Amino acid sequence: MSDLHFPWLEVSILVALIGALCVWRARDPHQARNGCLAFTGLVLFCTAGAWFDFEQMHAVEADDAWHLLTRLVGREVFVIDQLSAPLLPLVALLYFLTTLTTQGTKVHRFSFVSTLISEAILLATFSCKEPWLVIALLAAGTIPPYLELRSRGQPTRVYSLYMLVFVGLMVAGWTKYEIEGDGRIHSLWCVVPMLGAVLIRSGIAPFHSWLPDLFERASLGTALLFAAPLTGAYAAVRLVLPIAPDWVLQSMGVISLVTAVYAAGMAIVQRDARRFICFLFLSHSAMVLVGLEMVTPIGLTGALCVWVSIMLSLAGFGLTLRALEARRGRLSLVEHQGLYVHAPALAVCFMLTGLASVGFPGTAGFVGAELLVDGAVETYPYVGVAVVIAAALNGIAVVQAYFKLFTGMRHQSTVSLRLSPHERFAVLTLAAFIVLGGLLPHSGIVSRYRAARELLQHRQGLSTERLPSDELHDGSEQHDTSEHEID
Amino acid sequence: MFDQELTFQILGLTVVGAPAALFALLGLSSLLREKPLSERSIVAFVEVAIITGLLASVAILALMLASGTRHVPIALGKWVDINQPHFHYHFVFKFEFDRLSVPFVIMTFALCGTIGAFCNRYMHREPGFNRFFVFYSLFVLGMVMTSLAGTIETLFTGWELVGLSSALLVAFYQERLSPVQNGLRVWCVYRLSDAALLMASIVLHHLTGEGDFDKLVHVGYWPEGTALLTEPQCLLVGLLLLVAAMGKSALVPFSGWLPRAMEGPTPSSAVFYGALSVHLGAFLLLRVSPLLDRSPLLRVIIVIVGLTTAVFGAFAARVQTDIKCALSFASLTQVGLIVAEIGLLTGSWRYIVLVHILGHACLRTLQFLRAPTLLHDYRTLENAIGERLSNQTIPFGGRLSESGRLWMYRLALQRGYLDACLTDYVVAPVLTCFRGCDAIEQRWTKFLSGETSRTGEADDTASPTLEELL
Repeated sequence: MSDLHFPWLEVSILVALIGALCVWRARDPHQARNGCLAFTGLVLFCTAGAWFDFEQMHAVEADDAWHLLTRLVGREVFVIDQLSAPLLPLVALLYFLTTLTTQGTKVHRFSFVSTLISEAILLATFSCKEPWLVIALLAAGTIPPYLELRSRGQPTRVYSLYMLVFVGLMVAGWTKYEIEGDGRIHSLWCVVPMLGAVLIRSGIAPFHSWLPDLFERASLGTALLFAAPLTGAYAAVRLVLPIAPDWVLQSMGVISLVTAVYAAGMAIVQRDARRFICFLFLSHSAMVLVGLEMVTPIGLTGALCVWVSIMLSLAGFGLTLRALEARRGRLSLVEHQGLYVHAPALAVCFMLTGLASVGFPGTAGFVGAELLVDGAVETYPYVGVAVVIAAALNGIAVVQAYFKLFTGMRHQSTVSLRLSPHERFAVLTLAAFIVLGGLLPHSGIVSRYRAARELLQHRQGLSTERLPSDELHDGSEQHDTSEHEID
Repeated sequence: MFDQELTFQILGLTVVGAPAALFALLGLSSLLREKPLSERSIVAFVEVAIITGLLASVAILALMLASGTRHVPIALGKWVDINQPHFHYHFVFKFEFDRLSVPFVIMTFALCGTIGAFCNRYMHREPGFNRFFVFYSLFVLGMVMTSLAGTIETLFTGWELVGLSSALLVAFYQERLSPVQNGLRVWCVYRLSDAALLMASIVLHHLTGEGDFDKLVHVGYWPEGTALLTEPQCLLVGLLLLVAAMGKSALVPFSGWLPRAMEGPTPSSAVFYGALSVHLGAFLLLRVSPLLDRSPLLRVIIVIVGLTTAVFGAFAARVQTDIKCALSFASLTQVGLIVAEIGLLTGSWRYIVLVHILGHACLRTLQFLRAPTLLHDYRTLENAIGERLSNQTIPFGGRLSESGRLWMYRLALQRGYLDACLTDYVVAPVLTCFRGCDAIEQRWTKFLSGETSRTGEADDTASPTLEELL
């Protein structure tokens, strides 16, 4: 396996943990916010460095330089590969922008320590391929939101119940896997619990009730950071794809298809903005799972593209909503709010990020969505059309929410509700990524195709899909020496 | 040495690039600058972009006529190109200049230019002047892309841009409730239409391996070509495209959105819903006309849809009480006839349809622009002829009983209850079902959490907002 030129992964996780320690010691919430901002910025730099370094190597998988952790525990712990390479800086960017856009009015209620710890756990999860460690990190990742709910005096039963079942199913499934040995064929007793865990974490109906509850009770920032990276999809890729046969995955794909439409329909009828964005997340998360469960090159490529674009667009959408909440309090979608006149830039970003999430032309999700629809129709000739219906419903939900929040009346306010420079920077950064991703999609799609190819290679023997093993004809591919190492 | 191909490339890119640059300029300046551009700058940019695009498209037409070239494809590189033995994926933006697209794009620039000049005064000092022109530029870009689309993906992109800008323009007076609700209604119908077009695009990909329109055709260029697909395949793709066209052109049963679209500023209603946007469905059917020729059943369905729409439009137009709505239904009547002509005519006869579209669009734009001065025009006309203008009566109205006439009048006034039927029998049951599911979910969560009332909202509203703190 190739080595990065610097221990980017270990350093980024360590920086987040050190940051949590430093911020914990800060007495003033504003000071804590500034500290958190500095550390999340540093983490963003490290993860971007890891991605850049990895791309320069043209490798399929790479380990950290100097093998610090490997020497300690005796095995490779953190690696970067085609799948995780762009996800790491994206995760770091989300944490950075969420901290950046936390308004002064909210610093008392948003835990920066918890944010940094969550970031460390999430980065570790996305850098890890060891199944038991992934399971442990996924379980650990559920703790910070739980603690926040507790500290806010909110009931935790729904969240705890679902998360306990999620962790329990993962542990049970992987224990069964270990008992059955490393053969290619595994019993349903092993596959189904793992699949159940993924369905719960991804919020696939009817196992999704915990997510609307979390969005309603936790701070919007925490809920966004817990939902936006689509950790459930990561669990599916690392824990389920390597062991589940095609027919099981594709059957589950049908449930995900139904969820995509159901959640999109539910988004339309929501009366509360938080529940609305939650169902939007659920619908998109289900669509990504549909793509992953197709286990075809086109479906997987589409799912991975949509995954990245959703992380960007729905996080931007959520941050816009968060900025509105900071100004107006909890937002109702029953009455028109008429906020356009006070925050036109916010309105534009709301529309742009919302439309990007539904794969509107010219945005980062367009080509990915088309690949996903193409794959869905190919794999499920009769029900694949559900992806198109879900996208159409989501588009209606987004524009309806835009009209409810920004138009229909003129909001009277005695103070300026314009964007702060920090917020403007955050939403414009995300908007820039979304538009650039839409105008220059080639490298992104090729990178996701490579990741899809790698995942399919790991499924050899399980999948009937013929593997595309040749080089890409895009003129920029010069690797495969390292690729053969992993094969 | 005159390089014809290079000239076509430069001119073609100018045609598409001019509105794209206009949108980028107006959009970015609105987003990045605290203060929007001045009215004078906006109008100057619009003029330059539209005139550049118009001149370039006229130059292409002249060059094509001079050289006898009937088909000029221009590809904007390969946006995505994955070429593997077991996995091919290409995504290209390709534009086609032929006897269908060039007249259509020239008409687009000419009418949009007229409206741009008209709006310079009409929208003067309007609070949303900048916003109007951002939507306007998006609309022009969408129209040009749709008109020139050489692949179904390019067409889909333009189609979506037109849809979004149309919905936002309908809701232009956004501080009133009614335009916003109508904008949302228009958007919902457009999304349905987009979904059908996307499905057609996917099916076409699966059948032909590519989404290029010229790959659909065996020999010849529009309007002569013959489709490569079999009859059932043509019927499937054609039906999906027909649904897309029905949504975009407000054909029955989706006609309800057209009068609602009149909530927007008069110039945008004129050019977008009376002249350009409403013809896009017919344009789409013309573009894929080789498919129609392969399936007689499809053509019969198209004729039925077209004639039904024409009759409905003529019927509803007679009782409208405001001029914009009356004109919109008159437009609908003509669009219905155009669609019926598409189904009836074949081969070179389809030039008649193109001429019908061009003539109708220009006439309707003029009528819409004169609409605000209708009473003045009537007075002038009456003064000129020296007597009152006669009132129109319903044909065969004298043979109907009083109650029959009243029933007919109510039916026409309610626009055939089409909107009400769609709302009551399609939208309402779906929404009721989802609301029921939402209620069940909330009860389930409440049961699990073991609480008697939700506390989440109360907790967060207790947190101070910016407005409260300041």
